[in-house]
Amino acid sequence: MTGAEPADKVRRRMDALWRIEGARIVAVLARVTGDVGLAEDLAQEAVADALTQWPESGIPRNPGAWLTTVAKRKAIDGWRRAARLDERYRDIARGLQDEDAVAWEPLDDDVLRLVFAACHPVLSREAQVALTLRIVGSLTTEEIARLFLVPVATVQQRIVRAKKTLAAARVPFEVPEPNEWGERLGAVLGVVYLMFTEGYAATSGDRWIRPDLANEALRIGRILAGLVPREPEAHALVALMEFQASRFAARTRPDGTPVLLADQDRSRWDRAQIRRGEAALVRADALGRGRRSYALQAAIAQCHAVAASVDDTDWPAIVLLYEALGRIAPSPVVELNRAVAMSMATGPATALAMVDRLGSDGALRGSHLLPSVRGELLARLGRREEARAEFSVAAALARNDRERAVLEGKAAEV
Amino acid sequence: MKYMFIMRSTAEALEAAKEMPFEEMINKMGAYNESLIKAGVMLGGDGLADVSEDANFVVDFSGEPPVVTDGPYGETHELFNGFWIIQVSSKEEAVEWASRCPLGPGSKLEVRRITEEADFADFSDNEYIQKESEWRKQEADLNSENG
Repeated sequence: MTGAEPADKVRRRMDALWRIEGARIVAVLARVTGDVGLAEDLAQEAVADALTQWPESGIPRNPGAWLTTVAKRKAIDGWRRAARLDERYRDIARGLQDEDAVAWEPLDDDVLRLVFAACHPVLSREAQVALTLRIVGSLTTEEIARLFLVPVATVQQRIVRAKKTLAAARVPFEVPEPNEWGERLGAVLGVVYLMFTEGYAATSGDRWIRPDLANEALRIGRILAGLVPREPEAHALVALMEFQASRFAARTRPDGTPVLLADQDRSRWDRAQIRRGEAALVRADALGRGRRSYALQAAIAQCHAVAASVDDTDWPAIVLLYEALGRIAPSPVVELNRAVAMSMATGPATALAMVDRLGSDGALRGSHLLPSVRGELLARLGRREEARAEFSVAAALARNDRERAVLEGKAAEV
Repeated sequence: MKYMFIMRSTAEALEAAKEMPFEEMINKMGAYNESLIKAGVMLGGDGLADVSEDANFVVDFSGEPPVVTDGPYGETHELFNGFWIIQVSSKEEAVEWASRCPLGPGSKLEVRRITEEADFADFSDNEYIQKESEWRKQEADLNSENG
């Protein structure tokens, strides 16, 4: 124990400790109680105890073990009150009497079980994201609310409901069976990438990028790759996020206006981050199981990252990568991006035909993406009136204020 | 925010460390590095070769032209012999990680925040700040050409 500490200092230290140990503490408690929601509640109660006691008593030498032990005692007290003194109670009670067993050994597998529980298919996407940030990323409810620009009460409700849903669905604290593994891992990766993209291109609000949210997603992605090192797509997702995040400094002007890829000052891309992305993609490839969706997207991002300019970009390679991606994960957005790459590789005419086909399929209706690409292509073909009309349509559809301003600017400049 | 942990040891501490089984040291340091990686905060780091090696040298800028010598290293006989770069959310988190580093008596970690573009925001049109971006880019291009 250290000596007495001022309460605010203990609070700040607890925040730092919780980011480092929180997931592992909740994971240990979920293993002994078999209930993720209860584990999280117990951990929070232990944190509250620490915040009242540590300013007096000082901070224990092994705070993680202290919090875990206190939370286990609370679990036993709860069961005593509920008179549910079953096998689990006896196991924990035995462990607490045996001083050596308090030696704190969280298992990576427990954290992995936690990840799968937080991203379980019985939960809505919003709930999965909130719960993952809360119990895997060890963020406070306030931090999550700030990252998503929603009221704290909204996040609180989401997390409470999510925990109740897991309990109601009797979700076991286990890694999925081999026959479910791929699909469940896909869901986990999807939740992490959704967090990242929300930070990378904020869908609403007045900020174009929220690096703090993207960085949290990247941190959780790295944690995940460490938990499942044999999964190429986990490394590939980290690679993709590193490449995309390397452009943050160049993606906004000091006043917050977005700068599009073609206009970005590439000397401001974070080279160290690009190298980390390349290393992660090498790790994914080294597992020798071929490139799937995230690896293909990472490879596309890599083509941009290593190019000195738009003209120097290996567009034919990007077209090929989008073709491959379109086969394994077909989507109108992929098709639209393939059209853009095609326009850079072979000229705007072929690409316009592709985009028009997409438009007549009714894909991406209501999104600003298609008209903004169509506007670019028409402008390059010299059809300025039509281009202006398309940019105006796109501006009207944009949900992000910053993006809308850029599109309005284009409509005016054509 | 990003931080650099700079490992400094006195020559005596390094001598004492030679008494400790080298593998034990590797294991301790390895476990620490692994915990940083698993927490998703490790961006990079390396150890530096022993100063007694001929491959190391010092450039002294006291005179003109600068003089290349084989020492001495450091002002206070404290040797800079390794570094980590981590990305965390607060100073407290950096303190927490730095305190966990498995170093012995006679060793210190100097922990320094790594400057970001924002630190030079007032000088964004300064030609040297712009040149620096250019240099970094050239260096990166060289690195990517060389593998």
